[in-house]
This record gives sequence, structure tokens and C-alpha cells, in this order.
Amino acid sequence: MVACRAIGILSRFSAIRILRSRGYICRNFTGSSALLTRTHINYGVKGDVAVVRINSPNSKVNTLSKELHSEFTEVMNEIWASDQIRSAVLISSKPGCFIAGADINMLSACKTLQEVTQLSQEAQKILEKLEKSPKPVVAAINGSCLGGGLELAISCQYRIATKDRKTVLGVPEVLLGALPGAGGTQRLPKMVGVPAALDMMLTGRNIRADRAKKMGLVDQLVEPLGPGLKPPEERTMEYLEEVAITFAKGLADKKISPKRDKGLVEKLTAYAMTIPFVRQQVYKKVEEEVRKKTKGLYPAPLKIIDFSHISFLSIDHSSLLPFWTMYKFGELVMTKESKALMGLYHGQVLCKKNKFGAPQKDVKHLAILGAGLMGAGIAQVSVDKGLKTILKDATLTGLDRGQQQVFKGLNDKVKKKALTSFERDSIFSNLTGQLDYQGFEKADMVIEAVFEDLSLKHRVLKEVEAVIPDHCIFASNTSALPISEIAAVSKRPEKVIGMHYFSPVDKMQLLEIITTEKTSRDTSASAVAVGLKQGKVIIVVKDGPGFYTTRCLAPMMSEVIRILQEGVDPKKLDSLTTSFGFPVGAATLVDEVGVDVAKHVAEDLGKVFGERFGGGNPELLTQMVSKGFLGRKSGKGFYIYQEGVKRKDLNSDMDSILASLKLPPKSEVSSDEDIQFRLVTRFVNEAVMCLQEGILATPAEGDIGAVFGLGFPPCLGGPFRFVDLYGAQKIVDRLKKYEAAYGKQFTPCQLLADHANSPNKKFYQ
Amino acid sequence: MTTILAYPFKNLPTTSKWALRFAIRPLSCSSQLRAAPAVQTKTKKTLAKPNIRNVVVVDGVRTPFLLSGTSYKDLMPHDLARAALTGLLHRTSVPKEVVDYIIFGTVIQEVKTSNVAREAALGAGFSDKTPAHTVTMACISANQAMTTGVGLIASGQCDVIVAGGVELMSDVPIRHSRKMRKLMLDLNKAKSMGQRLSLISKFRLNFLAPELPAVAEFSTSETMGHSADRLAAAFAVSRLEQDEYALRSHSLAKKAQDEGLLSDIVPFRVPGKDTVTKDNGIRPSSLEQMAKLKPAFIKPYGTVTAANSSFLTDGASAMLIMAEEKALAMGYKPKAYLRDFMYVSQDPKDQLLLGPTYATPKVLEKAGLTMNDIDAFEFHEAFSGQILANFKAMDSDWFAENYMGRKTKVGLPPLEKFNNWGGSLSLGHPFGATGCRLVMAAANRLRKEGGQYGLVAACAAGGQGHAMIVEAYPK
Repeated sequence: MVACRAIGILSRFSAIRILRSRGYICRNFTGSSALLTRTHINYGVKGDVAVVRINSPNSKVNTLSKELHSEFTEVMNEIWASDQIRSAVLISSKPGCFIAGADINMLSACKTLQEVTQLSQEAQKILEKLEKSPKPVVAAINGSCLGGGLELAISCQYRIATKDRKTVLGVPEVLLGALPGAGGTQRLPKMVGVPAALDMMLTGRNIRADRAKKMGLVDQLVEPLGPGLKPPEERTMEYLEEVAITFAKGLADKKISPKRDKGLVEKLTAYAMTIPFVRQQVYKKVEEEVRKKTKGLYPAPLKIIDFSHISFLSIDHSSLLPFWTMYKFGELVMTKESKALMGLYHGQVLCKKNKFGAPQKDVKHLAILGAGLMGAGIAQVSVDKGLKTILKDATLTGLDRGQQQVFKGLNDKVKKKALTSFERDSIFSNLTGQLDYQGFEKADMVIEAVFEDLSLKHRVLKEVEAVIPDHCIFASNTSALPISEIAAVSKRPEKVIGMHYFSPVDKMQLLEIITTEKTSRDTSASAVAVGLKQGKVIIVVKDGPGFYTTRCLAPMMSEVIRILQEGVDPKKLDSLTTSFGFPVGAATLVDEVGVDVAKHVAEDLGKVFGERFGGGNPELLTQMVSKGFLGRKSGKGFYIYQEGVKRKDLNSDMDSILASLKLPPKSEVSSDEDIQFRLVTRFVNEAVMCLQEGILATPAEGDIGAVFGLGFPPCLGGPFRFVDLYGAQKIVDRLKKYEAAYGKQFTPCQLLADHANSPNKKFYQ
Repeated sequence: MTTILAYPFKNLPTTSKWALRFAIRPLSCSSQLRAAPAVQTKTKKTLAKPNIRNVVVVDGVRTPFLLSGTSYKDLMPHDLARAALTGLLHRTSVPKEVVDYIIFGTVIQEVKTSNVAREAALGAGFSDKTPAHTVTMACISANQAMTTGVGLIASGQCDVIVAGGVELMSDVPIRHSRKMRKLMLDLNKAKSMGQRLSLISKFRLNFLAPELPAVAEFSTSETMGHSADRLAAAFAVSRLEQDEYALRSHSLAKKAQDEGLLSDIVPFRVPGKDTVTKDNGIRPSSLEQMAKLKPAFIKPYGTVTAANSSFLTDGASAMLIMAEEKALAMGYKPKAYLRDFMYVSQDPKDQLLLGPTYATPKVLEKAGLTMNDIDAFEFHEAFSGQILANFKAMDSDWFAENYMGRKTKVGLPPLEKFNNWGGSLSLGHPFGATGCRLVMAAANRLRKEGGQYGLVAACAAGGQGHAMIVEAYPK
């Protein structure tokens, strides 16, 4: 019977081909050859519904590449030309991904504005045709539907999405410094209303399927299926296709209307937006907000606002609109900001891989020592991913606080509806809080997050090694103590590694893993595997004082102190740093990190690196600590912090300390711009030196570490990207100017000088 | 029956492979019947075990099962349970004082009578010296009541047990919201007028929003019908197949009712109303009529409808269980042995209703029987889609290998031996009472149709399941 059916299908196919070849012999030739070579898109016909399947070869995700584009156009033209087909379903063959967006490699490869514009133009053309398709097209979405993928989906007549966690819709172009270049700026506001569309385009946020349904971004939801006669994912895709086909038929038969009933609020908003005055006010407000947030450092959001606004103009103009978008899309993609952001994207992809390969033994039981802010944070991101975790502290109050922190972190997710209360409870049951070493004999990895004190860490290491099994890894969460010094007292230094988390652990994406010369490859592989499981972006660096991140930050902090000593107001300093693109002002950063921690690090690293880490007088920090101004945690630092009060006032008690340590400012290097560059160049110089010394393996890791761990301006793409884009020569010139004023602290390192001397040398080729 | 099965096939050229088999089976089975008449050799002659007491069912009864909101709507659960108990006393003439223990199953508890077994027993005139407790395990609560009794007898703690179950869906406890409850409790504790006033000032109108008993799974917040619809989709069970199966259930139940086979029913004289003598949910319809219904859970494209799901039901059941020697000593002729049983549980989200698939092979293996040894299958029908999904799971090597840790599939129960007198879809499904109905149906069928072993299986909320072997008592 199967054979018979197969023959039936074959004969049907050949019949079509013969029919067509009468009229268009020429086309048939190209058509059939394309059919043979088509690699990204295929389609079959079920009844009178064409099922178009997207499947980029050799990749986990579908991306909009040139090939996919041309094949899609081909396929759609065939569908439109066929008499037999009345409607179509667009679906991916990959369970976790509809279309993840434009191929970023393709965009990054574009050398000229013209190339990019042309890409955008081609996309717009086919999407416009799709939007006006006489045969209804249903997008069946399972997995990520992002950027160009969503623009494609909203050009279809109907959208059905699976209500899966993996199904997310969004236009994240803004995060890459671009704008939705294939008509999204026009179609999205029409579909979900201006406020929602602007929110999506300006934040680039991912929208889950159920939310998308409420917004009107998708028309129907399909529940993911459990096990049946096939693996759940496979059957869910089939089911999605089946449902999509019934809707495609319904649309073709006009039994289902593609129009959605809008709610009252939505109708009112839509009406209000037709009044020019209201509209202008809304856009003005949004623009103000965006300018405030981006400090004008990112061009893309403003362009997005412009375009979505223009789309309200008269019809004559709107016909030209696609061309403007294309042009602007091209322009944006060619900006430095976009290059920087795309570079970060690539770096992030790189840092989400385990370059050490799979570890011999999976870590299933984790133990964490110290239930402080860090320890509890690490516990939270671990239990979250199903790791059985022991949280051990020395005191019951400390343990209680830590467990509460984990619970609160999970409960906040419940409030945001990212978890159900049931899931929270079952996740929380992965955590065991205790005061002794019971159960450590089963641990595969121990992460210590005790106070930053070498002798304490030594004691803990010895205690732990007495109870853990042979294969168990000992990881130290420290921000500055060299791992090799900690490992010095270990019986098995090959199992000792550094895992430097950033606070707050559940929010900060970065994990800096530090390997000593003795650390075994398998230990590194395990640590990276655990980090990846915890959802971290990982850089692996060599051991040394301050590793990479702390070491880069220290000279900049030293400069912060000098600038404050020179009489610059902390508020002014904050605004100078944030307007350069740092997410947190420099003075605030000291408060957030903790003045005592900063002092600790400054002293430790100051001893090792000597004059190069000098500049500001550490006495400032010492005096602050002695007065109890430890920053946010003690309520006072440079600013005063009060529970529930958002406004920050300067701590007036600091005046006397600052006055006593006042330095005369040097006018030739004290302009606003100079102050900004004094901070940034010291940072960059130290980062490059880390690469030069081999602490860092690649510039990409350096950029990711700086941006994700230390808040280096993302629009600059990280210290190395910044050198490439801004020009090594210009940075060296600046450094030399400051060197003349302050001395050795600004001496450009050899590698940076090399780059300045030969302009062809780039960190990123 | 053949006509019922063949009928849909004629209508629908696009039946799936499975439906094909479904329709063809009557042919093959009738030939089998002709070739090998009545006598079948069993793997085991009896399931009696050395040194373990035999547990027998003397008899069991139930009130008629009614759609909720009909004749029983003004009753309380213990009234229904009492009716089942008095019916049992009447049917078996068992002296009340020999009953050692009473166990009832129930799901949605009336707060006033949370140990409904005790309240009903007292009202039915049982000795106040006979202890009673209530168990709950969703749709297999009555099964749990029975097997608890089996355990008590087998371990020598008791000789005579009454087990049963009750559910009254006409009335469910609807509560005040948590906020309101808290306010009321605090008010209770308030000492001064000032405290009271300050508490009252916290009152908000939304406190009055009532809290309905959840029909959803607590762990997943998914309603059972929704899960059933997904299950049916996962096993690619079509709407038509489900409607066909529901029609079969209703037709067979109607036939059994008309032929007077549902002998476990005892009439119930509802206070102030007419005497109820039969189930009122049996409504054989036509496939055309059923096809018109809209999906009840996954809208607008799901396949589970009101017509192919079991309905909310009021009803109670009770059963007299004894140690064999005690029954014989008292001069009873028992109906059946209660043999091996098994509880299973699995993922409450995606395998919520697959209990029978998991429990069936386990209980058969435990008893040392095969599918072929079973003469009467009585499966709880929560939804057509659930029964058919279980069939497909049992018939799938892939499922057996990947989810059950078995090398080969469980195998399909032959349809001609399956729920021949209707099932929960048509007779109704009072959650707490269905278990006893299943066992009595199996026992009565074995007596009527001939045969030795019956298999009872059911799924339950929480992703749990149950199966038990019922062995006919030799005549």
C-alpha cells in the first residue's frame, strides 16, 4: 500500500512537470535544476496546501542567508504559479528554531553600504509580495523567530506558534546596532500597536508565545506535546504542521478570518495615535526617554523611532518608505557601533563553547562553601539547572540569609511568571543547606566562596580535601587572590581551579575561569561545563595577580581616585563615565563593589605591579573604610544609600576626606574628554598587556570579559575592538600625552605600540 | 457490535491505519472464535498463593450514577454513600456487627464530612464500634479503598471489610478567597473595637471573589481535558476515532442497561423525589451529531469534546470484601477473588492519563499471566482520547522501549473483551466511586460471559494509575 501511494505521488509530480513544461520550457529547466540543488528550502503539497520547510544545512539554526532568500523566492513563485495550490504553510524542519534572524556573518562580511542595502532591498521585495499574497500563507512557528524571521512571519497572513519555552519572537536588531531592515518598522506597529511595537524594537526583547498571542503577534497557539509514538519534539512539529494546514485551508476557504478582534484599549490607543498632536507627543516622549538612556551613543534606537513615526505619513510617502529603511539599515550596519555590537555577538557565541571538550565525568553534585552574596548567588544559578547543590556556611544566620536569597531569587521569577510556584519548589528542593561537611563525599565539585583571605582559604581547602572524593574539583571564587597561591597547600593541585563569578551572580552573565600551570585539562573542561550549565558566558584566563578582569579594573579605579582627589565631583565623574557608555558611573561603581574590597584589591595589586597601578592615593580608601563608608552595603560611600529611596545624595562627610587629600589638577589633561580618556586608556592599556603576557588567550575573550563583567561600553565593543575601531595610534598618542603629565602609569605597552606602528595590525582581522 | 464498528468505516474513506485495524478486528476475531470455541487454556489455573489468605468479593452495589445537577443535587455526599451502604446491607444481608472496618474513597471533599466513610456508616446504622476512614487518590480512590481492605485482610488484621466510594459533583466547596479568610480569622482574634475597625478598614471588594475547587492539576495548572487533548494529539488520535469510541461506549451501555446486565445498581429513593433506578447519562447519539460539537478544551482546533469525555457525575458504590474462609463459614457464595494489584505513577504533565498502559503489563507480570489469559477488561474511560492513546501506547514497540523500559510492546486488549457493558464515558464517572464499579463489572461479566480472569485498570490525576486482577469465583 505504501508503495502504491508513493507511486501515486510520483506520478502526480511528473504530471505537474509535464503540464508546466508545455508553456514554460525554459523556466522548467531552471526550476528543475533548482529543485535538485535546493538546500535551504523544500516544499511538499498536502491536498491543496503547500508545506514549505526551511532547513539551513549543517547548522542548528535557520538564518536568512542569500541562498535561503533566493530559494524562498523561487519556491514562493512556484506556489503562486501553481493551480493546484490554494494556500501555504511555512514551517522549519528544526524543532528549536523557526528562523533566528539574518545571517550575521553575511552582514559582517558586507564591505560596502551598497551590499547591505541590496540585501535589505531583496528581503523587502519578497516580503511585500508575501504580504499581498493572493493565497493565504500561514507561518507555523516553533522555536526562535527573531529579526528577519519575525519580519517574515508578520508578512504572512496568519501565525501559529507553539507555546513552548523555546518559542520566542522578537526583533533584536537594535542589540546589534541595526534596525529591523525588512519592513518590521512599518508592519509591526500596524500589527501590535505603536507602543508595543516600539517597545519590541527599542529593547529587542524576546516575547514568549503566550504573550505574543495576547499582543496579537500570533493568531493561534499550539501546546507542545508529550511522548507519543514518536519523540515529543518531532511529534509536536508534526502536530503544529497539521494544525497549520487546517488553518491554511480554512483561510483559503474563507472560513477563518485572518483579522483579529482588537480589544477596547487597543482600539482606543490606535485611534489616539491617528491624532497628529497625540502622536507627536508620544514620539517626543519616547525619543526623550531613549536619548536619556543611550546618551546618544547608539544611533539605531533613534532611527527606529524615526521610521516607525514616518510610517504614519501619507500613502504617497509610504511607498518610498521601504527604500529609506533599506538605506538607513545599510548605513546603520556600517556604523562603528554596529560593528562593535556584532563583534560582541560573535565573541559571546565563542564564549558559549567548551574549548576543552567534554569532561570525563559530569558534575551532578555541587557543594558551595560560604552562603554569602556570592555563594548563594552561585547556588541559585546551579539549582536552577538541576544541579544537586549543598550550601554550607559556618553560621546558622549566614546560612539562613543565603537560603533566603536563593528562595527570593526563584520567587521573583515566579512573580514574573517565568516559573510556576510548583517549579520553584521543586527547584528549591535541589538545595541543601548545612553547617557541616555531610554529603561532601559525593560531591563532584566544590566551589568555595568564603571571605577573601588567603589563610582562611587555605584552611577551608585543607578541610574540604579531607572529606571529598578523589575526582572532586576544588574551585575558588576569588576576585584577586592568585589561584596558584591557594593551590599551594593542596594535595592535588591539578584539581584546583579558579571560578570568578560576578555579583549579582544571577544577573551578571560573565564567569572568569582561571587555570594555573598545574590545573589539568579535564578540570578545566569540568569547570567550563558547569559554568555553561549555569548559563554563563565564559572566558578562560591564566593565573596571575588580579587575573584579567580585576587587573584591568584596578588601574582605572586608581585613576578614579586621582580624579576625585583633583577635585572633580563624584556626580560629575559619574556623568562623564556614563556618557562615555559605561552603564554605571565610576564613583558609583566603587560604592557598589564595596570600598573595603576596592582597598583590598588596590593594596594587593599595588604591591605586585608597583608604580604602574599607582595614581590615586590609596589613603582615600583607607580613610573611608575607617569611617565605615563601605559603599552601598553600609549605607554610605561616596553617596548616601537609604532603603526605598531612589535619589542618591552625596555623602557630605566625604568632603573633609577629599579636602585633606586634595591634589592640584593639571589643566592640560583635565578637560572632560581627557578625564574620560584617562580612565579608558588605562583600562585598555592594561587589557592589551594581559594579552601580551598571555593571561588572555584571545582578544575576543578580553572584549567579552570587559563588557560582560566590568561594564566596558558595549557600543565600543570592548577594549580590543575599541583599539581596532578607534585606532591604536590615536590611543597611543593619548597615552603619551598623559604619560607626559603623570608618568609611567600611562606608558603604552609593547603590543599596543606595535599596533600603533603598523596600521595593518588589528586584533580582529 | 460488528455493525457498530463497521459503520464508521463505511462513512469515512480517510480512516487511519489504526482505524483500519479497528474495523477489521471483528472479522478476525469471529474466525478465531469459530476455530477455537470457548475453552482457552490459561497460563495459570488460579492466582491463589500459598500462605496468603484469599480475599473475596461477596457482592458489590452502587447507586445509579446520575449527571450532576439532576436528582441528587440537593443531597450531601454522605447521603449518597449511605444509600450505597444500606443497599449493600440489603443485598448481602450481612450482619452489621461482623464488619471490622469501613473504607471509602472520595476526591472533592465536603468539608463538613471530611471522613465521609464514618458519617455514612453511622447513618447507615453500622455499629459505632466499627471504625471507618476515607482515602483519596483522585479517580482511583475507590480502588485504593478496596486494596487497603485487601491488605488488611491478607495481613490478618481484619476478616470483613466494606469498601466503597462516593462523589457528589452537584455540590462542591467554593471558598472565600485567602485574603477574605485571613481577614475573617484575624477578626475572630481581634480583642478591641479599635482592632476590629482597623482590620475591617483593610477590606477590599476583591476579597469577595470566590475560590473554586481546582479542576486543574496542581503541579502543572493544566486541566485534565486539556491534557487529554494533548495526549490524543501526541498519539495522533483523530476526532473521528474518539467520537466512534464514545459512541461504542454509549451503545454498549444502552444495550447492557436494556438487557438488565447492570445488576450492581440498587434503586435509591431520593428524599422528597422519585426513586432513581437507573443511570441517566447513557445517550447513544450519532456520529453526525457528535461531529457538530466544538472542542471543549483546546479551542478552536482540539479534538476532545463534551461528547467524547466522561461527564460530571454523582454516585456512590460499596462492596463487601471478606477473607475467603470467613465468607464460606458465613455461608456466602462469593463472586470473585481480588488478586494482584499494582499502582504506578508517571509524569503528571505529558503522561497524565497513561496509567493503564504502565500498570497493565506490570500487574500481569506480577500475577504470571499474559494478555491472552484475560477474559474481561474493564478500563476506566476518562476520555475517548485517553483510552485510544493508551491503546496506541500499548501497541507501540517504540513507546515500550523508550518510555517503559520494555523490549516489546504491551499488546492491545482485544476490543471484543473490552468494556463490554459500557464504561465511564457512558455510565458516568463519580471520581471516588468508579473503582468499585469497575471491579463489579469485571466480576459480573466473568460470571455472565464465562471466563476466569478480569483486568481492571484506571488512570488518575497526578499521573497515577492502577490495575488489578479479578479472578472469578468457581461456580
